[in-house]
Amino acid sequence: MTGRSLLDNRLLCGAIGIAGLFCVAELAGRTGLIDPIVFPLASTVVGRAVELAADGDFLADVVSTLGAWAAGLLLTVLIAVPVGFLLGTLPRVESALRPVLEFLRPIPSVALIPLALLLFSDRFDMKVAVIVYAAWWPVLINTMYGLRDVDPLAKETLRSFGFGPLAVLWRVSLPSTAPFIATGVRLAAAIALILAISAELLGGGSSGIGTFILESGSSTDALEYTVAATIWAGAIGVISNSLFTLAERRLFHWHLARTEGTR
Amino acid sequence: MLEISNLTHVYGGGPGAHHALGGIDLKVAQGELVCIVGPSGCGKSTLLRSIAGLLRPTGGTVTLGGKPVERTPDDLAVVFQDYSRSLFPWMSVGDNVALPLRRKGMDRPRRREAATEALEQVGLAGAAGKYPWQLSGGMQQRVSIARALAYRPALMLMDEPFGSVDAQTREDLEDLTLRVRSHHDMTILLITHDIDESVYVGDRVVVLSKAPATVAGDLRVDLPGPRDQITTRENPAFVHLRAEVGRLVRGMRNDPAVSS
Ligand SMILES: Nc1ncnc2c1ncn2[C@@H]1O[C@H](COP(=O)(O)OP(=O)(O)OP(=O)(O)O)[C@@H](O)[C@H]1O
Ligand SMILES: [Mg+2]
Repeated sequence: MTGRSLLDNRLLCGAIGIAGLFCVAELAGRTGLIDPIVFPLASTVVGRAVELAADGDFLADVVSTLGAWAAGLLLTVLIAVPVGFLLGTLPRVESALRPVLEFLRPIPSVALIPLALLLFSDRFDMKVAVIVYAAWWPVLINTMYGLRDVDPLAKETLRSFGFGPLAVLWRVSLPSTAPFIATGVRLAAAIALILAISAELLGGGSSGIGTFILESGSSTDALEYTVAATIWAGAIGVISNSLFTLAERRLFHWHLARTEGTR
Repeated sequence: MLEISNLTHVYGGGPGAHHALGGIDLKVAQGELVCIVGPSGCGKSTLLRSIAGLLRPTGGTVTLGGKPVERTPDDLAVVFQDYSRSLFPWMSVGDNVALPLRRKGMDRPRRREAATEALEQVGLAGAAGKYPWQLSGGMQQRVSIARALAYRPALMLMDEPFGSVDAQTREDLEDLTLRVRSHHDMTILLITHDIDESVYVGDRVVVLSKAPATVAGDLRVDLPGPRDQITTRENPAFVHLRAEVGRLVRGMRNDPAVSS
């Protein structure tokens, strides 16, 4: 293998990047550029992260966060996809609701957490509500965008064989929009994780990655655990994103093959 | 079976409006195969879409079996000019062909069987498991023909169905169309820009004028059957009709000795 083909491997490239960052951070700590009291050494953090992976309490927190994340994401899809279809197929309804949506969309979802805390007495419900509110935008917008992209001739083809509007929706509009919905769900998954942890950080509660970070305190020792927990949060995000990307490639290879073919 | 009277269609409005159809009258009998020829952009596809109920014409009427066409009529199949866009990329070729058969209440094995048979007929026996975008343009076109054939509609509308295939395949498909028509008592409307083809496959050739399209000529093709790619095409009557249609397409005056 030549050096060039080694660099072509994306996984390897990424690994080199991570290793590089690790070395720079470690070196900065060792040379005193960054005081290890202020920010822990990279090697210490990694050690703590490995420790956490075997820590039952921390794992329970991860499961709690992932539970809210999964429930929120599922609810998001169940709400946003039908609403997207409704708005995408009924232009009148869309124009009526557009101003409301345009107003709501720029509101930072994190800003709604205090409100959600007042509205929901149950912490889990609060988390799920915040997740759904933040995560439904990419799913909704991608669904509507995908519907607009459905080839009218594909719909006419089915109509010409005598299929009714519902059959056309089910057999043409839905499969044709599905890759767009999937992309929306992948984006929503990342947002949902951010919101789940934010809600835990702001709203407290008894369990969750955010709660773990909040309860670590501020001693040097606690800082190491905080950073280690943060690294796990990032890792979970990367893993979920890769899994969704993989699933998209599997399920919608026809979409990729076609768009790559015409380019 | 099909009756079109004073059909007009205008696209858009105001100064940019385009008069595509300028009053078309046409009657097609049950079991007839009528070829429609006309210059590019004259409104052939517009006419076909009005018959299929995919477009609401701005004037005139289309009646099918005595009933005015308002929605897409039952028992109809269309081979679209834009064949590649009319195939579903998320389905295999076999599923594409089999899907419309759900309307006929056929169960899964029978649908699959009918799809396989239709694909065989168009020379794509091995392609059922492939996806449409894995096929060449000509192969995709044959898939869309197979889909219409498998459906065995009472009325089949074909919009330049053999445009993307080689000469040999084209002749095979012309003969296949003739065979299927006589076996299943289909009525077929076939749009083509190939004058020879219109005379070879048609019982009648209807020539449309430039936009706004009107019927410029309606010739009965009286050639001895069954038709054969070699002998029919060298028949003096064929050569004569071909010239006649050619003249009409070019907008020349019809020879009074032939038109009746
Ligand atoms: N949706 C539309 N809006 C506006 N004009 C249209 C539309 N569809 C077709 N036209 C116009 O109407 C005319 C007839 O179109 P049509 O597709 O029926 O022609 P055609 O005879 O099928 O042509 P070809 O032989 O090239 O397929 C053309 O000039 C075209 O530009
Ligand atoms: Mg056309």
